[in-house]
Amino acid sequence: MCCPGCQAVANAIVANGLTDFYKYRTEKSQNPQQSMDELYETLSLYDKPELQKDFVKQEAGSLRQASLILEGIVCAACVWLNERHVMALPGVSEFRINYSSRRATVKWDDDKIHLSDILKAITTIGYVAHPFDAGRQEKLHKSERSRAMRGLAVSGLGAMQVMMLAVAMYAGESQGMDAGLRHFMRWISLLITIPVVLYAASPFFKSAWRDLKYRQLGMDVPVSLAIGIAFIASCWATLLNQGEVYFDSVTMFTFFLLTGRYLEMMARHRAGQASEELIRLLPVTATRVSEGEEQVVSASELQLADLVRIKPGETVPADGVIVEGKSSIDESLLTGESVPVSRSEGSEIIGGSINIESPILMRIDKIGEDTILSSIVRLLDRAQTEKPRLAQLADRVAGWFVAVILLLATAIGWYWWQHDPANAFWISLSVLVVTCPCALSLATPAALVAATGQLTRMGLLTTRGHALETLARATHVVFDKTGTLTHGRLQLEDVITLQDQPRQQVLKIAAALESASEHPLAKAIIEAADKEQLTATDISAITGRGMQGYIDGRLYRLGKPDFVAELGADIGQHEAFRQQKTVVALADEQHLLALFVLADVVREDAYDTLQALRDLGLNITLLSGDQGPVVSHVAEQLGIEDAHAGLLPDQKLAHIQAMQQSGDVVVMIGDGVNDAPVLAAAQVSVAMGGGSQIAHASADLVLLSEQLPHIVDGVVMARRSLAVIRQNLIWALGYNLLALPLAAMGMIAPWMAAIGMSASSLVVVLNALRLTR
Amino acid sequence: MNILYLLIPIGLIILGAAIWLFIWAVRSGQYEDLEGPAHRILMDDDDPMIPENAAKKAREKKQQE
Repeated sequence: MCCPGCQAVANAIVANGLTDFYKYRTEKSQNPQQSMDELYETLSLYDKPELQKDFVKQEAGSLRQASLILEGIVCAACVWLNERHVMALPGVSEFRINYSSRRATVKWDDDKIHLSDILKAITTIGYVAHPFDAGRQEKLHKSERSRAMRGLAVSGLGAMQVMMLAVAMYAGESQGMDAGLRHFMRWISLLITIPVVLYAASPFFKSAWRDLKYRQLGMDVPVSLAIGIAFIASCWATLLNQGEVYFDSVTMFTFFLLTGRYLEMMARHRAGQASEELIRLLPVTATRVSEGEEQVVSASELQLADLVRIKPGETVPADGVIVEGKSSIDESLLTGESVPVSRSEGSEIIGGSINIESPILMRIDKIGEDTILSSIVRLLDRAQTEKPRLAQLADRVAGWFVAVILLLATAIGWYWWQHDPANAFWISLSVLVVTCPCALSLATPAALVAATGQLTRMGLLTTRGHALETLARATHVVFDKTGTLTHGRLQLEDVITLQDQPRQQVLKIAAALESASEHPLAKAIIEAADKEQLTATDISAITGRGMQGYIDGRLYRLGKPDFVAELGADIGQHEAFRQQKTVVALADEQHLLALFVLADVVREDAYDTLQALRDLGLNITLLSGDQGPVVSHVAEQLGIEDAHAGLLPDQKLAHIQAMQQSGDVVVMIGDGVNDAPVLAAAQVSVAMGGGSQIAHASADLVLLSEQLPHIVDGVVMARRSLAVIRQNLIWALGYNLLALPLAAMGMIAPWMAAIGMSASSLVVVLNALRLTR
Repeated sequence: MNILYLLIPIGLIILGAAIWLFIWAVRSGQYEDLEGPAHRILMDDDDPMIPENAAKKAREKKQQE
């Protein structure tokens, strides 16, 4: 056990007889970070009716239902533990966790138990649960998913049945079949195909109709034409009991296409879920101070000019000004700045940033829509709507193809009308069906599904359909610095010892002094120090300057060089001060003992990745919100020539747009909230998996593995899949060009057409499967 | 081959039932979480199923109420 908290968790688990958790868990649980009492106080706020109205659904009597986001769920054992533990509470009638989305729904009887008790119960076993408003988007996704599933079922089962009958009819063609039975089978096929076409394929018709209304020829137009014409002609043939039927092709084709769309939709939804959690950047509760009394209220109740107390480690609830106290504030999520900035009375602070060092009192100046966070969200929305709609390769080809086919079919029909009116309809129909763009419309999705599947296994999640195609054509890669090329947190880069004490010894002293501090600098030093620690006494923190304390009776100071020097040591001049780095000094009353150089360390694989990207012929640019010297240091280390520092989100946006104006296809890689608008504006964007949720929401690809080399793999895979798509398109067009003249001359028997069509689709799919190897 | 006139419509009815069953499963949310059940089945909660334990549990429950 590392601390009493963990022991309490273990006790709660053992006392409830849930020790199986330890048996089944495959990953270690996370440490609860906040102290329990404080958390309980916050949780009890969730019982307030005004807060509950946002996310709690009232049901019959005192029964209520809410959705929860669960943090800390890492494996199936966690799901099991939570479900068992909460279900054991009296008054809880239902508690189910969705393992894929880490969401839970809970149903309880408000007379017997309160929501806060349920949340507390979850907290006692070491997880954190927040209620959330399932929201419009989530409901929309759910119904979209369910609709797609039902379409798949109808078309899939229908296709199997129709295919079975079709095989019988093909066999009957050569071995002889009772004409009555054949007619009967056709009617059955027609009956099965009706729901497939009218229900399962309706998304294609709707989208084609939309395309036509905007005078475009998208891929859905030929798809709808193929399905529609083949179906109507087959119905016609069935009714008149002459000609040929193509029900098998219609259903199979619908099923294949729906499968592709379904997989694409699932990837998109998974990425979209993350955006729901964006709201959580702002805290749910705040400590309001009125007439000297502190009161915990829900953040949505805050009014302009309210005074709010913010303890270290808490998040600032809205934009405002500090009226009392001095602290360092972590604004990295919003500005990309990696080092917390020092803020004192009178300086403005931004909602969503985190107070690091000491308690402050702030006055709220802006709430809701006026805050900087909401303006970033608005910027993101705008950039997303302005995103150039990239005409897809297949769409462009298909548009021409459809136009040509329609003209040809009319011309051929007209020719035969002149010479042999009886056969004119059937011949022009066979032209249309033979040239059915099955293979053509499968060419792109099949390759994309295969490639995205392979990339997902590697840890690069594709969230938008166009991402790979555009990635393959990219000419320019733009990186953000913090959290992308670097780890995004400070690490100890160097220890300069000035007296004859060894490195480990000074580190131990420093770690002892910093042991109580929450400051990122402190964390970096503690992380680097040995496990066995010295103990410092009488530690006092001087905000914005450093720490002081006694170890073995000697007074030490750690912090800014001038602060440390006040003890009496001569700090002199040192090389490290002149470099633009974060330097922490350690001194006793006589001497300066050591200097600790801290920096946001560049990822180990960054250099090789950039080199590999250059070898692929891509230009590289670094755009950062960080200060100039830090940026140029990183750029130098990685050999980036085109680096820009101190950029605000809209400046980054302007930079990217300028590049696009000059014809570059830009890939943007970033992680923070400040990158979101830029990510949305770039033709292709990649967000780091550990980055902010809003960055995920606006990105086309999410690098879940956090391994930069996978970006290179992504580009290579994208280029390979583009090559495969080209091969597929050429094959499909070639097949059609060959079959068309034959059909036009009336030489193609229907079974030949069917086999040709299936074979050409099969070739396309098999070719796409090469990408998975 | 006259039997086909009966068998094929029967097949059609079964097909209809299969589709209805699938749609019911989708509507009742059985396809919402495709990963969880795979793990859940490995957690054998059979302790309370063992007669001795089940009796003990029932006694405890009675005491609580």
